[in-house]
Amino acid sequence: MKITVKHIGLASLLAVLACAPFMLGTYHLGVMVGLAGYATLATAWAMFSGPTRYISLATAAFFGIGAYTVAVLSDLMPYPLVLLCALGIGALVALVVGLSTLRLAGVYFVIFTFGLTELIRQLITWFEVNVSGTLGRYIFLELEPRDIYWQLLALLAVTLGLSAWIGRSRIGLALKVIGDDETVAAHSGINLARTKLMLFVLSAAIITLVGAIQSPRWVYIEPVIVFNPTVSFLTVIMALLGGANRLWGPVLGAVPLFLLFEWLSANFPDHFSILLGALFIAIVFALPNGVLNALEGMWKRRKQETRA
Amino acid sequence: MFLSTLIFGLVLGGTYALIALGLTMQYGIARIMNLAYGEVIVAACFGAYLLFSVSGLSPILSLIIVAPAGFILSWIVYAVMMRPLVARSGGGGKLEVDSILATFGLLFVLQGVMLVLFGANFTSYAYLDRGVNLFGVTVALNRLIAFLLSVCVGGALYLILTRTRWGTALRAVALAPEAAPLVGLDVNKMARLGFALGGMLAAVGGVVVSMYQTFSASDGVVFTMKALVVVIMGGVGNVLGAVLAGLFLGLTETFVAAYIDPGLTMAATYGLFLGVLLWRPQGLFGKAA
Repeated sequence: MKITVKHIGLASLLAVLACAPFMLGTYHLGVMVGLAGYATLATAWAMFSGPTRYISLATAAFFGIGAYTVAVLSDLMPYPLVLLCALGIGALVALVVGLSTLRLAGVYFVIFTFGLTELIRQLITWFEVNVSGTLGRYIFLELEPRDIYWQLLALLAVTLGLSAWIGRSRIGLALKVIGDDETVAAHSGINLARTKLMLFVLSAAIITLVGAIQSPRWVYIEPVIVFNPTVSFLTVIMALLGGANRLWGPVLGAVPLFLLFEWLSANFPDHFSILLGALFIAIVFALPNGVLNALEGMWKRRKQETRA
Repeated sequence: MFLSTLIFGLVLGGTYALIALGLTMQYGIARIMNLAYGEVIVAACFGAYLLFSVSGLSPILSLIIVAPAGFILSWIVYAVMMRPLVARSGGGGKLEVDSILATFGLLFVLQGVMLVLFGANFTSYAYLDRGVNLFGVTVALNRLIAFLLSVCVGGALYLILTRTRWGTALRAVALAPEAAPLVGLDVNKMARLGFALGGMLAAVGGVVVSMYQTFSASDGVVFTMKALVVVIMGGVGNVLGAVLAGLFLGLTETFVAAYIDPGLTMAATYGLFLGVLLWRPQGLFGKAA
């Protein structure tokens, strides 16, 4: 691989970000943890939903599965093994969901994922009340906020790397064809079901891992806390704002929106969801393909004007 | 036990059928997959609750106010929010994605407004909460009235759709939106009408639900989900299919709650949904595309 200025720039950016815990106070480090988490969620979501245009509203379901796995297993086995388990469980659930819904038309997939969070939340609540006899669990893990931050940052780097690699590989090309026209894709010899399933499982597994890594921050968790539909909602809106079809789009959407949400939830806690919804509608209306596409369109038009 | 469960299931199923009819109108005629549908239902629940507890208006009479309100609200939502998306999509598959995303945003707005106004607590009111004897089983009078209301409204809709010019026009637009303008139908107007009628049915459904169930500001998602499951089970745009599927879902839920575990009703709904999707994606009563 040729090492270019771009690679060096990215590596130094990563190094600067990794040093953040030594420079920031507790509050700002907390913001950085949330930021890294959502940037990863949005990138992972866009990995599947961007090119295929299958809108998944189940981010919170996988996020919650990750968090719950840690809550249940953290005092039974070493931490890395717990994360591995979370990854496995998330991938397994995604496999089952994908196998049963991805062959269907896009709208059925959206509806199914829309209710999935609620279903898993109710199943876990039922299990906890009837079988284990408690609702709510404590997580006792010796993890500092900066440990969580570093893990998330590493995961973000890996996710972006994977996403870039997929974009250039045959799978990425196949996904784009599927997104443009499924019939054409099928006729050009692309195995539709397998390609979609692979990407869906990969994306869901990363989302599960984000939930697992972030869970020690809560200390006490309950199904209502970790299966919060707002997580699905924020992830979609961030990816859409930046542009779900671009490598850096989701991250670019996540940064300003996460800061905005932090500010909104601190200053308007009661009206938070109204403002979120309104913003969401505005983005769907004004920037259907994301900021990056809109900027590129403007740039091209400007160029043509100067040429003419 | 069996007979009372059966009657409870039919009552619940009647309500599901009613709310699914509204959604099938919106999706079938206006081609809008409305994820904020359940929020309209919950808003109507609160409307009936306010009218009952503040001005003492009985839920049946409150329909005179709540049902037109649902119609007007949905009319405005279509004209302001959906119409630009429809115009932009040019009739392609993009509308489906755009409408899902826009109504997903609307869901949070409406839910947020209700949380601010009414808080997150469960709400209910006592209306005709006394038992009557039906085939040797005691059934609450409010449930019985709720069921009768669902039957009357659903029946009226069926008659309008099949026996009037209006209904024929609506069905024509649902069946062939490209060909409808050829016979002089204004597709845009019909879509708006269908969407508004769907919103009205959601409002009626909300009043019916509020008569015998507790509800809270964040219940919308569950209602939307159930209506969607019924619509898909019955076949999109199929009125009779929605009624049968609604009754079926109500019976399934009630029997699962009574004989297995009340905490598993959502799982039962989902099981049914998945089964139908895998076995007959066009719906139990729909024709293959």
